[in-house]
Amino acid sequence: MHGYMHVTNNRIMSAEQIIFYIFASILTLSALGVITARNPVHAVLLLVLAFFTSAALWLLLEAEFLAITLVLVYVGAVMVLFLFVVMMLDINITRMREGFARYLPLGMLVALVIAFEMALVLGPQHFGLERVPAPMRHTAGYSNTAELGSVLYTVYLYPFEIAAAILLVAIVAAIALTLRKRTQNTRYQNPGEQVLVRREDRVRIVKMLSEQEGKRS
Amino acid sequence: MNAVTHFVTPDFLPAAPEMFVLGMACLILVVDAYLSQNQRWITYTLSQLTLLGAALLTLMLHQTEPSLTFNDSFIRDAMGGVLKLFIYLVTGLVFIYSREYLKSRDLYRGEYFVLALLAVLGMMVLVSAHSLLTLYLGLELLSLSLYSMVALQRDSAVASEAAMKYFVLGAIASGMLLYGMSILYGVTGSLDLASISRGAALFTPGEAMPAEMPGGNTLFIFGLVFVIIGIAFKLGAVPFHMWIPDVYHGAPTAVTLFLGSAPKIAAFAMLMRLLAEGLGALHGEWQTMLIILSVLSMAAGNLIAIAQGNIKRMLAYSTIAHVGFLLLGILNGTLSGYGAAMFYTLVYTLMSAGGFGMILLLSRAGFEADRLEDFKGLNQRSPWYAFMMLLLMFSMAGVPPTVGFFAKLVVLQAAVEAGLVWLAAFAVLMSVIGAYYYLRIIKLMYFDKAGHDAPLVAPRDMRIALSLNSLGMLALGLFPGALLALCSRVVGTG
Repeated sequence: MHGYMHVTNNRIMSAEQIIFYIFASILTLSALGVITARNPVHAVLLLVLAFFTSAALWLLLEAEFLAITLVLVYVGAVMVLFLFVVMMLDINITRMREGFARYLPLGMLVALVIAFEMALVLGPQHFGLERVPAPMRHTAGYSNTAELGSVLYTVYLYPFEIAAAILLVAIVAAIALTLRKRTQNTRYQNPGEQVLVRREDRVRIVKMLSEQEGKRS
Repeated sequence: MNAVTHFVTPDFLPAAPEMFVLGMACLILVVDAYLSQNQRWITYTLSQLTLLGAALLTLMLHQTEPSLTFNDSFIRDAMGGVLKLFIYLVTGLVFIYSREYLKSRDLYRGEYFVLALLAVLGMMVLVSAHSLLTLYLGLELLSLSLYSMVALQRDSAVASEAAMKYFVLGAIASGMLLYGMSILYGVTGSLDLASISRGAALFTPGEAMPAEMPGGNTLFIFGLVFVIIGIAFKLGAVPFHMWIPDVYHGAPTAVTLFLGSAPKIAAFAMLMRLLAEGLGALHGEWQTMLIILSVLSMAAGNLIAIAQGNIKRMLAYSTIAHVGFLLLGILNGTLSGYGAAMFYTLVYTLMSAGGFGMILLLSRAGFEADRLEDFKGLNQRSPWYAFMMLLLMFSMAGVPPTVGFFAKLVVLQAAVEAGLVWLAAFAVLMSVIGAYYYLRIIKLMYFDKAGHDAPLVAPRDMRIALSLNSLGMLALGLFPGALLALCSRVVGTG
């Protein structure tokens, strides 16, 4: 019985590995596509793909809540808005790609050196299974959302509040940088005035003689 | 499996200054929305009162024994307290100096003060950080506020360009720092600086790691490199200094003043928390990296500053050079070295506030006064402020009896103690070269003819504050003992 369990476990692990490698390679390729795509709309769509695949990787790590949030928030809200912006802006692609060829050799060289160094250090010799044990498997009743909820407002209360302050900065900055009052050549509605409007402001009652009376006189 | 985490209410009291600043920033945000332009003094007064209140709270809650709260992610210690007090002081000076400038450029709006206060909050979080998570969040709060303050002058193309450069390079730096932190987390399995420090204590150079720290040896250094790159970016040490001249030049002078002063204290705190407290055991590894950064910063900063015709750019390169000196104190890795670096940082922020304050004093509506020629013949226009500028420049150059001399002296002592006599000699050589461009301003003020003799106009509080700021450089130079003793006493208490 014990041996049988062990074998099944192994087989599941390998299936998991295959899934991991599939998603990881799609993720890497789509991330590469984001920065090399000629069309900015394609780049945004590839970024959506990258988010989806990383959400799948998080699911493999039993982090369902984060995975779903990533899809809902980033793909569902942020990227859709982003797509809007990209489509509305008239982006001159040729100007953006100016100097790309000139900086490519140096950039590639630096990237290759960094990738080589990272491969040296971050290989399985340091992060292999015999070095770092695999994370614990959870039972069916385990809820990632509940676990997250129990620490987010307790253990991580302080970082959580600072993150809220960072969002406040983002709002203040966005309004300060973009809100302009245009007074000339713009027509706008003032909801306050609309609500406070009285009948006398809109309707003028003109008393005049009815037609028949007019005829008679 | 069904472990319920019982919530223990954390001790909120140590973080009372932080909560006060955040609450007041929100209050000012709301109050300011209802004010007309000529009631803006209320915003200004509230902002100054916020700093005063935070200072009082910090003083009242001061304890010599360090204490942790919020699940060890927040630390209150003597070093943090002193650094916070100086942050309030310098920010208060910044508000006083920049008021007239902001008024004349249509920037006198609530956002400037709210963003500055939130940046102060970010610095406070950074100063009191005791885990990688809070450290990073504090840094982001500070940086995001600063990016948007640089861009606040929306119609200026130079300011927008500066903000863009600052934002992009800052984001890269944050990415580097975050990557390094993730590696450190991977090695030690903890975000808490104390646990990281315990993990780093197992580090033995050139040997395999003990069983409980698999592969830690190489990985520690790998993470450390990225962390140092991130810090160097934020500090502006060569070769990660490219953004400093452009941002200092492009930002409105009132923002440059803020950017170039108080955040340096926070950057020092970040260095201390990460390198000294977190990775102190890896001192042998990071000392070499800091030596390289320090040598390059002192050389590039001082040499390039000579060629600048714009005083904001010149002070930007001078900042880079000063960062090199600051690192001299840190790289020793001893308490006396850290104390020297802290003294240097505090003195530098005061000098920098005064220096940029002088530019603000000379500028008027539609006139920036940021070229060296604008200082020509200042002695004829106003002998008193020419003398104040002389004190500030002497202090930056390190001429006795101003405090800049003592600041340089103590970091050089630290370098000599570390057995790096060649480095100390190099630093002296570089500061001699650096003296040239500081003294050039003094020459322009005293020996050249003024282009025009428009009198200097400034509100009384600015004149008094600027005079006290500059005279403080002389007074601290004559009696450096108290501040020096304070720095060496509080440092390393955490």
